[in-house]
Amino acid sequence: MSGADRFDPGDESAHEKHEDLEGHGGQDGDGKNAEGEPVQNEQGERGSGGPGGPDGGRVPDEGRLRIPTPRASVEDTGLPLPAPADPAPGAAPLALEHPVLKSLLGAWALAACSAEETAAVEEHLGDCGSCADEARRLREAVGLLHPPEPLDLDPGLRTRVLAGCLARRPPRIPVPDWAHAYDAETARLDALLQDFGDAEWHAPVRLRWFDGTATASRRTTVAGVIAHLLAVDGLVATALGLDDPVAGLPADRTASPGTRTEAYWRASHFPPTRSVRTPWRRLSHDIVRTVSFTGGSAGKLAVSYGGTGDGGEIALPLRDAMLDRAFECWVHAEDIAEAVDYPYDPPSPRHLHRMIDLAARMLPLALAERRRAGLATPGPGRHLVPAGTPGRSLRLEIEGNGGGQWLIPLDSPAATTSPDHEVAHVALDGVEFCRLAAGHVPPEEAAAGQVGDREAIRDVLLAAASLSRM
Amino acid sequence: MAKKDAPPRWDRKMQQRLARGEFYDRFASLVHGLAHRVLEDDQAADSVTREVFTHVWEHPDAYDPKTGPLRTWVAALTHRLAVQRLRATGTAALTDEDGGASAAELELKVRHASVAARADYIVQSMPAPLRAALDLAYFQRRDYRQTAADLGVTEDEARRRLRLGLQLLSTAHDAGASGAPPEYGGAA
Repeated sequence: MSGADRFDPGDESAHEKHEDLEGHGGQDGDGKNAEGEPVQNEQGERGSGGPGGPDGGRVPDEGRLRIPTPRASVEDTGLPLPAPADPAPGAAPLALEHPVLKSLLGAWALAACSAEETAAVEEHLGDCGSCADEARRLREAVGLLHPPEPLDLDPGLRTRVLAGCLARRPPRIPVPDWAHAYDAETARLDALLQDFGDAEWHAPVRLRWFDGTATASRRTTVAGVIAHLLAVDGLVATALGLDDPVAGLPADRTASPGTRTEAYWRASHFPPTRSVRTPWRRLSHDIVRTVSFTGGSAGKLAVSYGGTGDGGEIALPLRDAMLDRAFECWVHAEDIAEAVDYPYDPPSPRHLHRMIDLAARMLPLALAERRRAGLATPGPGRHLVPAGTPGRSLRLEIEGNGGGQWLIPLDSPAATTSPDHEVAHVALDGVEFCRLAAGHVPPEEAAAGQVGDREAIRDVLLAAASLSRM
Repeated sequence: MAKKDAPPRWDRKMQQRLARGEFYDRFASLVHGLAHRVLEDDQAADSVTREVFTHVWEHPDAYDPKTGPLRTWVAALTHRLAVQRLRATGTAALTDEDGGASAAELELKVRHASVAARADYIVQSMPAPLRAALDLAYFQRRDYRQTAADLGVTEDEARRRLRLGLQLLSTAHDAGASGAPPEYGGAA
């Protein structure tokens, strides 16, 4: 028998459901009855007229049976039918014992027996009241099986539900406000992953970032992206004292996000699969739980992002590291959504604003670093302004929801800014700015309105792009 | 399952988990799915989802771990609120048009929706081996011998799983009077 392909994409959601069983119960099983009718009514009418299972064409004497005839096992799916069992029609029913016949009732109700067995069971049902009762009951139960129909949960519902709860009574142990964006973005990405089948999990994704001079990229899959997020979330996890999801890293110093990711990808013998979702989601929940219990003061805890080339170390306070992780989660969720051709919205304006603010605050350091590396033009006076005194400033105007205005010190991260020293003004859309900072838009192509010192503007846009990494 | 679901000090923990969204992340699709099965409407299911989580938030001590798994309790709560809503909207529709005969239809509708939602829950909660067998035999149209081969079990075992799975599922019809909160738990 050829049978239907077990992994026919049409039935993806059906087989996906066992894997979801232990995790969170999943969204399976919530498809709706195609006809919107009570199911048990339809089976009796359908039975003999259905597309026919392996049982087609026998049914000795329906009138004698007090139960509906077998229904088709799949409605309206257009799946290829299994080849008929090819019985010799009219062959004498098998002589089977009562216990065997009873054990066949489930398979019979599902039209999953051979034709001979079906005939033998039905013969038996005419004589055995208890089997006939059970047969009717099981056949009715078959009518309650529904192909699960993936339902997209509105991601905004989570926010509304939680906000509704919190508005009624503040929680005893609140999630610090700087962790909200991470909580929301991980939940949104998890919702996107909810209905992915194997095809989606293995869809190719190209990670892109700006390496300081040009766009760099690395090929992976959707599962590989989640592995990447998990590996880099490990930076925050270890800072909080949680277990590191990445094994085999040098113990003496913090590994950079790229090193962590490569180590994680290397450590498994096979390319990442959908199984990476559970540890990723568990870690993100653990992180939110831990920062909540640790309280708002944990926000200052330093999270190391690994060494710089010249022996220094990049570190962010936890509150900023959580924003950075939220930002990366969104950026990669967009990469994934693009790879599988799903729509994906930007973060809520409140969260987007915080992400933009983080990037704006990191710009002066990025600028200084590029200048040190000879990649940015030195200041016009060829000297740094003393710390704490106003220096040349660039007005960064971010438009759209979540936007705002930031003055960026151009001469030194330690300089203060002043509108009186404004030498340039750049205006960008918020999402466009984030794509630039993610290395997804080359600096020279960023759609920015510009007034003033061209060189300063170019340096700032390049510095924004250089905030990105794998 | 009951142990995992009901840690000590579960009431406070439940509220804390809800505040962090974990509780929502774990049960939202169950709640929304069951509500949708009863109401067959996205917005109504959204509203019931909000009601369920708000209820849990305001009554963190309403769940008694002795009565069964948390998941079962959440399902029963969802069922109750969804049926309440179905009945309320159905009754409102009745007064608009001709009442009388269609009151019985509403009862029937409530009953069918209840059974369908309960069946969904039973399928989701039944032991994975039973669910896998039903999935192969019904949705993938495998006969029981193929099902046995696919699952790597004997044919006897495949027959047993199919029969047991359907027996569990058939208890969906056993709910009490129409629309009464059913005993979620037979299959949990």
